[in-house]
Amino acid sequence: MMRLPRFRYYGPRSVAEAAGILSDEGPEAMVVAGGTDLYPNMKRRHQTPKTLVGLRRVAALIGVRGATTAGRSGAVSRGGLDRSGGMRIGAGTTLTDLERHAGLRDHYPGLHEAIRTISTPVLRNMGTIGGNICLDTRCNYYDQTWEWRRAINFCMKCDGDTCWVAPGSDICLAVSSSDSAPMLCALGARLHLQSRRGTRAIAAPDLFRRDGIRYLTKRPDEILTTIDLPPPDGWRSAYRKLRRREAFDFPVLGVAACLRFEGDVVAEARLWLGAVSMAPLEAREAQDALIGRPLTRDTMEEAARLAYPLAKPVDNTDFSLRWRKEMTRHFVLEALSACGP
Amino acid sequence: MAGRTEGLARPARALRVVGRPVRKVDGLAKCTGALRYADDIILPRMLFCRILRSPVPHARIANVDTSKAARMPGVKAVLTGPDLPIPFGILPVSQDEHALCVDRVRFVGDPVAAVAAVDEDTAFEAIQAIGVDYEPLRPVFSIDEAIRTPEPRIHDYGDSGNIHKQVALEFGDIEHGFREADAVFEDLVFYEGSTHLAMEQHAAVAQADPDGKVTLWSSTQTPHYVHRALAKVLGMRPAHVRVIACPNGGGFGGKSDPFNHEIVVAKLALITGRPVKVTLTREEVFYCHRGRHPVLMQIKTGVRRDGRIEAMHFRSFLDGGAYGSYGVASTYYTGALQTVTYDVRNYKFEGVRFFTNKPPCGPKRGHGTPQPRFALEVHLDKVAEALKIDPAEIRLRHLVPPNTLTVNSLRVGSMGLRACIEKVVAGSDWKRKFRLLPPGKGIGLACSSYICGAGLPIYWNNMPHTGVQLKLDRGGGVTVFCGEIDIGQGSDTVLAQVVAEILGIEPIDIRIVFGDTDLTPVDLGSYSSRVTLMMGNAAIQAAERAREILARAAAAKLEAPIERIGFGDRRVFDVEQPDRGLTFAEAVQAAEAREGTIGTVGSYTPPPSAAKYKGGGVGPSPAYSYSAAVVELDVDPRTGWVRVERVHLAHDIGRSINPVLVVGQVEGSVYMGLGEALMEEQTFRANRNGVHKFPSMLEYKSPTTMEMPEVITYLVEDPDPNGPFGAKEVGQGPLLPIAPAIANAVHDAIGVRIDEVPITPEKILRAIASPSKRCGPKRIPDFAWHDPIRVPTPWAGVVDPARSGDRS
Amino acid sequence: MARVRRSAKKKATQDPARRGGQRTVPAPRGGARVKVHLALEVNGETLEVACASHRTLLEILREDLGLTGTKHGCELGECGTCTVLIDGRPELSCLVLGIECEDRPIVTVEGLADGPRLHPLQETFAELGAAQCGYCTPGILCAAKALLDANPDPSLPEIREALSGNLCRCTGYIKIFEAVELAARRLKDPGAKPARETLYGRQD
Repeated sequence: MMRLPRFRYYGPRSVAEAAGILSDEGPEAMVVAGGTDLYPNMKRRHQTPKTLVGLRRVAALIGVRGATTAGRSGAVSRGGLDRSGGMRIGAGTTLTDLERHAGLRDHYPGLHEAIRTISTPVLRNMGTIGGNICLDTRCNYYDQTWEWRRAINFCMKCDGDTCWVAPGSDICLAVSSSDSAPMLCALGARLHLQSRRGTRAIAAPDLFRRDGIRYLTKRPDEILTTIDLPPPDGWRSAYRKLRRREAFDFPVLGVAACLRFEGDVVAEARLWLGAVSMAPLEAREAQDALIGRPLTRDTMEEAARLAYPLAKPVDNTDFSLRWRKEMTRHFVLEALSACGP
Repeated sequence: MAGRTEGLARPARALRVVGRPVRKVDGLAKCTGALRYADDIILPRMLFCRILRSPVPHARIANVDTSKAARMPGVKAVLTGPDLPIPFGILPVSQDEHALCVDRVRFVGDPVAAVAAVDEDTAFEAIQAIGVDYEPLRPVFSIDEAIRTPEPRIHDYGDSGNIHKQVALEFGDIEHGFREADAVFEDLVFYEGSTHLAMEQHAAVAQADPDGKVTLWSSTQTPHYVHRALAKVLGMRPAHVRVIACPNGGGFGGKSDPFNHEIVVAKLALITGRPVKVTLTREEVFYCHRGRHPVLMQIKTGVRRDGRIEAMHFRSFLDGGAYGSYGVASTYYTGALQTVTYDVRNYKFEGVRFFTNKPPCGPKRGHGTPQPRFALEVHLDKVAEALKIDPAEIRLRHLVPPNTLTVNSLRVGSMGLRACIEKVVAGSDWKRKFRLLPPGKGIGLACSSYICGAGLPIYWNNMPHTGVQLKLDRGGGVTVFCGEIDIGQGSDTVLAQVVAEILGIEPIDIRIVFGDTDLTPVDLGSYSSRVTLMMGNAAIQAAERAREILARAAAAKLEAPIERIGFGDRRVFDVEQPDRGLTFAEAVQAAEAREGTIGTVGSYTPPPSAAKYKGGGVGPSPAYSYSAAVVELDVDPRTGWVRVERVHLAHDIGRSINPVLVVGQVEGSVYMGLGEALMEEQTFRANRNGVHKFPSMLEYKSPTTMEMPEVITYLVEDPDPNGPFGAKEVGQGPLLPIAPAIANAVHDAIGVRIDEVPITPEKILRAIASPSKRCGPKRIPDFAWHDPIRVPTPWAGVVDPARSGDRS
Repeated sequence: MARVRRSAKKKATQDPARRGGQRTVPAPRGGARVKVHLALEVNGETLEVACASHRTLLEILREDLGLTGTKHGCELGECGTCTVLIDGRPELSCLVLGIECEDRPIVTVEGLADGPRLHPLQETFAELGAAQCGYCTPGILCAAKALLDANPDPSLPEIREALSGNLCRCTGYIKIFEAVELAARRLKDPGAKPARETLYGRQD
């Protein structure tokens, strides 16, 4: 049986308490929420923290502000949105609770779809939105047991020197495999981080770094506490995911699209690609090509054509890279179509 | 000959239990968590074993330093190769494995050392503390490399270099056959390797008795063969070794070999005097493998205008992995059953298996036959297209007739393929769909056949293949002892139903004692779809003998002639005055009073084969099952994505002992066939030490509930004279037509040929983009074949073979 | 022939800081071996156990409490075999720490029956052969029970979705779907019968 390495466990009740433990214990400590990402990694000896800080009991991290259905908190206004007109999600909220949240489904269908497609219903009962945002980057040379990795003489991301995906590379090319991350970038979400030193809020894209090892800008002593979604006014969103099976599998491509229309014309466009790089990628040229034009088959195809070169898959996930790259066009097209009126 | 009994010769009486969808005898135990699998066994003072495996694909072991591990607190014993120097293997000709590698490792994952410790954490830490010095040897990872690299040899035995086994057989005159043909067709086809992925990871527990005997509980499909291997390697009398097979959490062929971990825990138990358990991790299960061989094939047929196959030349190249396993048999199986569906007049088969530095391949559901079946059925689809004959029609025209010998002298008894094809053609509305569906929608057909048990045992002997013992209790209970092991296919239930049928009692009155080499008579194991037919026949014999004893006693008691004694509803009665009778328990008591303790035995040996040539040991079977499949699917031409909408599968079962379990086997076979056809691949990174690409449940893609299409099952019941109540197999055959039916349906949908399994979206796009509208192998290796063994056809000398009804 | 020494030792040339704080030692030795005392509510009973903090609920159920009905197929969250109900929701016992389960009622396959009265799912799974090898069955029963508790009349797509995190290699899932549908009907009508096609295949 695959078993966890030994560690000391803390189960704090507040974020401040958790942050205090992290700060005291230093980089040998890690936080764990649902555990669905960290525990497999620990069993494979990717991470062997001396101390684990479990966030399950931190009530402040759980729930959706302004929710009409969850009933966990706060003032209700405008069909499930909070006072600002947006939505505030605790990072420790399970994916299942979000999937079942009518306000999320109605106002942020793209994020709802991204969450609905994560792994399996059983894992969504356990995994949290915060955990999915901070998901470790993935790679077929990395997501293996210690014994397997020893047989390839380890890799740059853990215990070794070389990135076997591209042995000339001086950075690790492990893939950002979060479904929610590209969608939160496209939605313009803000993320709140808390440590003993204080709190800070950053735009979602600023959390991610194109480096398979240091893939988050979050410091080890910081805890992701809250996700703020801006008001959905006039925005339409959609998410399309490519994977082999309709359950279990991580994305090998995720396309997150958010469009705001003025009349028939696209006023603002945000298009992000997931699972094609070490961080979510913004398809700027494709966005620009959409703005100021009606969302016709031609404009969508033009956007898909412009987004396509951004996807530079490497041989570290399921499917062949050529085909994955090729699929970018179709999935961008589909995601944009789904945003259409 | 032991075997079928007078029971079937009786005037047919209405069946009461056979043919009924009764609940599996272990069904509720499985649904309450009560059933004990090997890993559920917990014994006092039990130690835990972990095995250190090679991180290099091919090397000499220069030194193993276990001193540090041995000193660790909690470590009770450490083993290395020299502790178990005697080799073993499933086939007598391939005794090429060691419990722990002695001087050489042959693939990443080969076992090198083992530890028994007080808990698994300690055992895990201890194997990490073992230092091994390896002297690397050049590895080979492919058939081409194996041909190019005769040295260093992976094994010192086998044909030559890294060629494990080459076979060449010619039945009739192939050149003559090609001359008789109106057209000649040729295809190159590749079938990727895949693994069983049974949900249960292999586990074993061993316990040594104070008197030096040892007992092993294991998740094995073949306790008898494990017993032999264990006694051999431990150097113990078989009488002092007991193997108990636990209910398998799925087998599919993956638990049919004796395994190194079974021997290791037995040795550790003997050394430590304490029970020792090993449970493999999922990754280690991928290294045990013994799964589907990757096979490259060339098929060439000479065909008449009406589709009749005058000549077939079939070649297969098998990538065998690092050990022999069942590989010699697998090699023959890639050629043996090409002849039992459609009439082939002349046939030449050449097959070769190579050693490569990867986990060993072996038998997976359909053992060696899904690959050539894929090649044949896809090839025939192309032949039909070229000859402008409907694919169903070309098959129906040239079926092997029942009760005949094939070109390679396999005796076909009942043959229900015609009915199978007619069912799926009618059920799918084939005639209004084939070549008539809108672009992107396709329909495809394929057929297959499989053996109902191998005609010969794995090691040469003339004893029965299976035995059944009955013990009748005064309380009316019946205990049935048989060495069979239920791997989920329902063999316990078959056994209970057959005995209950004959003794007129209910399956729930029967206790099954299975898979225990001390308690039960030998059954060779749950492989080659042999259990229902062979064990069923032995059970009929044992039950008929018990029935006779009871009938004698009841006749005396009821003062009725013995011919009038009937059994049913837990009663033994006078059939002419049914209210005059005894309860079953009373009948047992009367019989026991009359004749003493009641126990009977039955056994079964398959009928002798007509295939009297070298290599003729593989292929003969008491009966052959037949299947036909029609697959309906969508292909997205922009992405290459295939979505299977519906599968129609008709299966010639002979007779269903338990129809709901038969339907379940069909559905499960379809599922596994779909996985192989569309996504499953056991592949390796040749440039990274030959590691398994993804030894995990996440990246080895097994279809989920979301991928499973609708399956419509049709059962064709044409009782076979060799089957118990006419029953044939169902566990393996229905897998075979799935992959070719999908390939043929993809062609119907978008006009491209995918001559390669798995059929992935990228291959479909590649085929669309290619001028040939095909994706598949382009060449076969240049290989020097032996001269074939020439075997006359059974009809050699007969003036007009086509018209002779029984060519035997 | 050059000798290559491969052992479990960490390579000395590494710069730990560059690896984002990830550790290279395969298994930490020693560490806190202190056991914690847990009171778990399992199948309606409070069961006490002393265990180290790194032990998963799966290990505790099987190895400390003798509840071996819960099986395991990968221990990495990739197969669904070890599914149990925690707070009424299906979760993977291989990825839950025992110490995080206090105050959260746990139901395993052993707790699905009400005394000697089996849950309809247990009956229909046995009746239709939805348990072939039976190894994935305990996890699937738990997932299916949660489905029926929340949705007593699920459609086929809803059943597929609810069970999509549980792999089965034997059945092709079809008998499982049929058993869940039949159990849903049995909850309303104890005499509900399976379709003839389920038992005998399609007749014509």
